[in-house]
Amino acid sequence: MRTLVLAETENGQVADAALRTVSAASERGLPVDLLVLDASAAESAARVAGISRVLVAAAASVDIAPETLAARLALLASDYSLIAAAHRTLGRSALPRAAARAGGAFLSDITAVAGANQFVRGLYAGSVVSNVSTAAATTFATFRASSWPAAGSGEQAADIVVLPVLDSFAKTRLVERHTANQSGQDLASARIVVSGGRGLGSQENMERLGHFAAQIGAALGASRAAVDAGYVSNTAQVGQTGKTVAPDVYFAFGISGAIQHLAGMKDSKVIVAINKDPDAPIFSVADIGLVGDLFEVLGELERHAGAAR
Amino acid sequence: MAIRILVPVKRVVDPNVRVRVNASGAVDTTGLKMSLNPFDECALEKALQLREAGVATHVTVLTCGLATSQDVLRTALAMGANDAVLIDTAEATPALDSLGVARLLHAYLATHDYGLVLCGKQAIDDDIGGVAAMLAGLLDWPQGLDASALDATAEGWRVTCGDDSGTATWELGGPCVVSADLRLAEPRRVTLPNIVKAKQKPLEILGYRTLGVEPAPLARIDALSEPPARKAGIQVPTTAALIDALAARNVFGNTGVAA
Repeated sequence: MRTLVLAETENGQVADAALRTVSAASERGLPVDLLVLDASAAESAARVAGISRVLVAAAASVDIAPETLAARLALLASDYSLIAAAHRTLGRSALPRAAARAGGAFLSDITAVAGANQFVRGLYAGSVVSNVSTAAATTFATFRASSWPAAGSGEQAADIVVLPVLDSFAKTRLVERHTANQSGQDLASARIVVSGGRGLGSQENMERLGHFAAQIGAALGASRAAVDAGYVSNTAQVGQTGKTVAPDVYFAFGISGAIQHLAGMKDSKVIVAINKDPDAPIFSVADIGLVGDLFEVLGELERHAGAAR
Repeated sequence: MAIRILVPVKRVVDPNVRVRVNASGAVDTTGLKMSLNPFDECALEKALQLREAGVATHVTVLTCGLATSQDVLRTALAMGANDAVLIDTAEATPALDSLGVARLLHAYLATHDYGLVLCGKQAIDDDIGGVAAMLAGLLDWPQGLDASALDATAEGWRVTCGDDSGTATWELGGPCVVSADLRLAEPRRVTLPNIVKAKQKPLEILGYRTLGVEPAPLARIDALSEPPARKAGIQVPTTAALIDALAARNVFGNTGVAA
């Protein structure tokens, strides 16, 4: 049996998260096909290393409804033992729907592949690690992209198969998308993340932290408390109900470290915590902790980063 | 449009309780504080607000599980749901996976008239987030996941859903399944008089076999473990020491930033 990876594309190229999902899927040791929704991305998709075929399901618009995509995936299911996607909105909304329609299993946010139908994922906001196996003809699963490196480019171009056009699901219509303002870096794939919590105290201070993040080429993150207080939009939220990040360096400014927040960042390589409360739980996961006034520390770091440029 | 709303809920370990894996490799929830799944509370609150606004006439809460789950149904009734349903899954309970729950809900809806299913976006115990889209798929209804706003329109619903970089607003025609983000509504406090009143509200118990669905688990947990502990870190006294510690670890080595 084969694996199908739903590959989101950006500007005609396979997105980084999809390339990482290809690496995850390849660990099963079975042939991997890509499904792209943008015909103009087929050529570049065909050169992703290690894949067998590219299926092109050209959508009527780039904003395909998850219901339409799910119908497509359910039709393809009989050819695949695994249909995979990055743990992003499109995969999270289309894959479970497709699984139900095809009578398959659905798992989300896989962090490791243990066998052809054996996977590892977290429970209870990452407090528990579970090994899961599936007995379905087709398993549908989303993968935590940051757990794998991106697949490279291959020597040979894979075959491209153009699929017949399907009708769009008629009862769902996109009205608008609203993209929240954030620092230039994409949070989920940034090498450095600078996050702020309720300790920031105001939207202005969070903006200042965002400037510091931009200064060092980092993405800006936030705890749920900071988002709920209105300091920053919820797309910056890191944690169980927000984004999961695993950067090289994670700075936590004024974040106490609730279990729900730790779930989203504890796989970071180096965690730096700055908090005035020496008993804050964030220090239990921090590699480098500094008990002190975060504004003083931030000021000194700003000057240091400015001088180093 | 005056419709009935079904709110499927789950009984979970309270979000403030730290869950641990015991020596026999299981999560023992005996004695742990159990609660209504927080996302389901937000869904229920929104359903109650829609009823209070005249959009809906009736709110039913439903859960699949053991008789012990009646406590969270009573909590939901005390918040204001009109009635409650327990689908007693008895010996099949350990085998319930997302598709099993979606199939039970689908079977229940085949004989009951609801114009909206509103549930939490994920349960905070297994963190899968599959049931809403699975149920919508079985019903062939439109879906709106991670909703932060929901309004009735002439033909259906307008729902604002979180996505990777912001929000997307969708028009959904006719009956639909919507899953709630924490931002959809702030759950009301349960008052003592309402707890007393909730004891008199109808709570129906249905054996899962009466729905003609046999949950056959497609996903099975083979083993549970604690995540690897991080090595104890260091404390630094000053920002200068912090900068030195970062430089010593060469943490910016791959990022092109001068430490």
